[in-house]
Amino acid sequence: MNRAIDIAIAGIGVWSPEVRTWAEAAEALCGNVEIAANSTLRPAPTALPATERRRAPESVLLGVEVAQQACEMAGVAASGAPHVFASSYGDLPINDYLCETLAQSPLDVSPIRFHNSVHNAPAGYWAIATGCTRSSTAISAGDATFGAGLLEASLIAVSTGEPALLAAYDVPATGPLRDVVACESKFAVGLVLAAQHATPIARIRITLDNHPAEAELAPGASVLHASHHDNPAARSLDLLQAIARKQPGRVRVAAGPRLSLDVEILPWRT
Amino acid sequence: MLTRLPSRTTPFAITAYTATCAAGRGVDALGRALATRVGGLRRNDFGAQPLPCWIGRVDGLDDSPLPPPFGAWDARNNRLAWMALREDGFADRARAAVEKYGASRVALVIGTSTSSIEETERAYRELTPDKHLPPARRRSETHQTNSLCAFVQTALGIEGPSLTIATACSSSAKVFASAARLLESGLVDAAVVGGADSLCGSVLYGFNALELVSRDPCRPFDANRSGLSLGEAAGFALLERVESDEHAPRLAGYGESADAHHMSAPHPQGLGAELALRDALARAGLTPADVDYINLHGTASRQNDEVEAALVARTFPATTLASSTKGWTGHTLGAAGIVESVITLLSMQRGFAPGTLNAQTLDPACGPQITLDNRSRDIRVALSNSFGFGGNNCCLAFVAGDRP
Repeated sequence: MNRAIDIAIAGIGVWSPEVRTWAEAAEALCGNVEIAANSTLRPAPTALPATERRRAPESVLLGVEVAQQACEMAGVAASGAPHVFASSYGDLPINDYLCETLAQSPLDVSPIRFHNSVHNAPAGYWAIATGCTRSSTAISAGDATFGAGLLEASLIAVSTGEPALLAAYDVPATGPLRDVVACESKFAVGLVLAAQHATPIARIRITLDNHPAEAELAPGASVLHASHHDNPAARSLDLLQAIARKQPGRVRVAAGPRLSLDVEILPWRT
Repeated sequence: MLTRLPSRTTPFAITAYTATCAAGRGVDALGRALATRVGGLRRNDFGAQPLPCWIGRVDGLDDSPLPPPFGAWDARNNRLAWMALREDGFADRARAAVEKYGASRVALVIGTSTSSIEETERAYRELTPDKHLPPARRRSETHQTNSLCAFVQTALGIEGPSLTIATACSSSAKVFASAARLLESGLVDAAVVGGADSLCGSVLYGFNALELVSRDPCRPFDANRSGLSLGEAAGFALLERVESDEHAPRLAGYGESADAHHMSAPHPQGLGAELALRDALARAGLTPADVDYINLHGTASRQNDEVEAALVARTFPATTLASSTKGWTGHTLGAAGIVESVITLLSMQRGFAPGTLNAQTLDPACGPQITLDNRSRDIRVALSNSFGFGGNNCCLAFVAGDRP
């Protein structure tokens, strides 16, 4: 018995130093454009109040930016969407700060940076900014974080009958943490997932596959694959590329050490 | 507030459960501590220069590294999880489910707030002169959020969907909701849920910086309460379909919500907490009058207890009993959901509601439901509340299984 989960993708948001929208990402994934990265750029999501936008850690900016893009594209009210924020590592610069401060002068730990260190800080800022009182979740599953988030958000959409939001992001390691965390890039993707939707961007059928996915993305697949092969949120890129190219077929998304999601991209209705 | 009520969901049997915390290792020790009102808090002795406060510390972690096959995951938090897994035969029960259903038909949903960051803190205290992690602590397994989940997955041989839920102090309550959806989808036949959080500098100094830590043992719902006491704990439960054991207690419903108010303070009227409670009751097909006992979040912070007491007072009849058990355990953060779920299941199994340890004079905001003393009571329907930073709320509804 292998149950399938049918899901419509109603909205997509993408942000990386090379592409700032789904439209730009789709062009890059189709190989149509030369792109230049600006690694100092930070997203500036208008969903956040101006003060928060200035002060917020980059993990919050990335998560909120793609969440907002995806909801706007889907025409879904952010305030009514249960949401899953997925990040393998959380905010690495804050962990670096906390561990360094604790080693040097623990009484100087900043209370704001401490509460921003919780894994659900981006989800919390998103809920506050949008007035969303629905289920708010933050998850991690190592390299399989995007796949685990896709499954979690899809099951929320199925069980509630309402569109659910997935925002997956990871930011580069800083300081000594770079010795043990390979992530050197920043990448975020947002998806609005619905059990039913009249005009989705794509329809997918998810089944569990008891085999691992490829250990790494194929860097030759696109410029985004090449730049973000070390970023767990970018494990979404094969799926995004199939959607951008409107190529029905199957992609395998890592969902655990010995588990993957077999994601069938269903033919577009004409 | 204008969200529609969820419809009734399928209940699932809780066929095994365990918890380990400062008040006891395993359910018998924990049940005895609750019945005899012996708490586990002690003066803070954690770290080189302990802050003047009380903690719920689990003994025996410092000198018991993980056995060789799991050495890559060796860290205080994973040691605590390993200690808990071996109590009450839980690991054997979980492995039996893996054997029965197949490894890929068993899910693992684990809650934690800080995972093994204590290991990262240690590594930063021992940096090399050129600011690198010491070679002996360069194990990537112990420096990431998913460390606990990956360790438990390996230890139990689970190959189904596996993830960490990290929503601060609601983490290991929300694992039940995620597992219920996985079971309901038909993707799996069983799910191991649980969580662990262990003492570390981040939370001791972080909560201290937020001025939320009491110098005295925490006194939930006391008029003169002065903040929380931090603790460490781990716990696990095994969920299966009701047909697998009709006498086992059941997860009947869950409610999840956000306050949409503030990162570290609760909504003053308890908006999110009330939505979570409402959804848990709706999914379980229950009304407030059906509820025999509520294990409250009850951290002993000024704001949480005031808001939660008012919610209970305005929602439940005087016949419902309610208490916070954090006087026994301390606030175990990401493990609070599973530990208090286990305490709630114990109260159903053993026919008594634990009271509220350390509190002496109830806050006037409390209604008649909140009890200081333990009470004998046949508990068939019980709730457990867990609320966290980010305004993250979860309420779980448990009902007793069929009488033998």
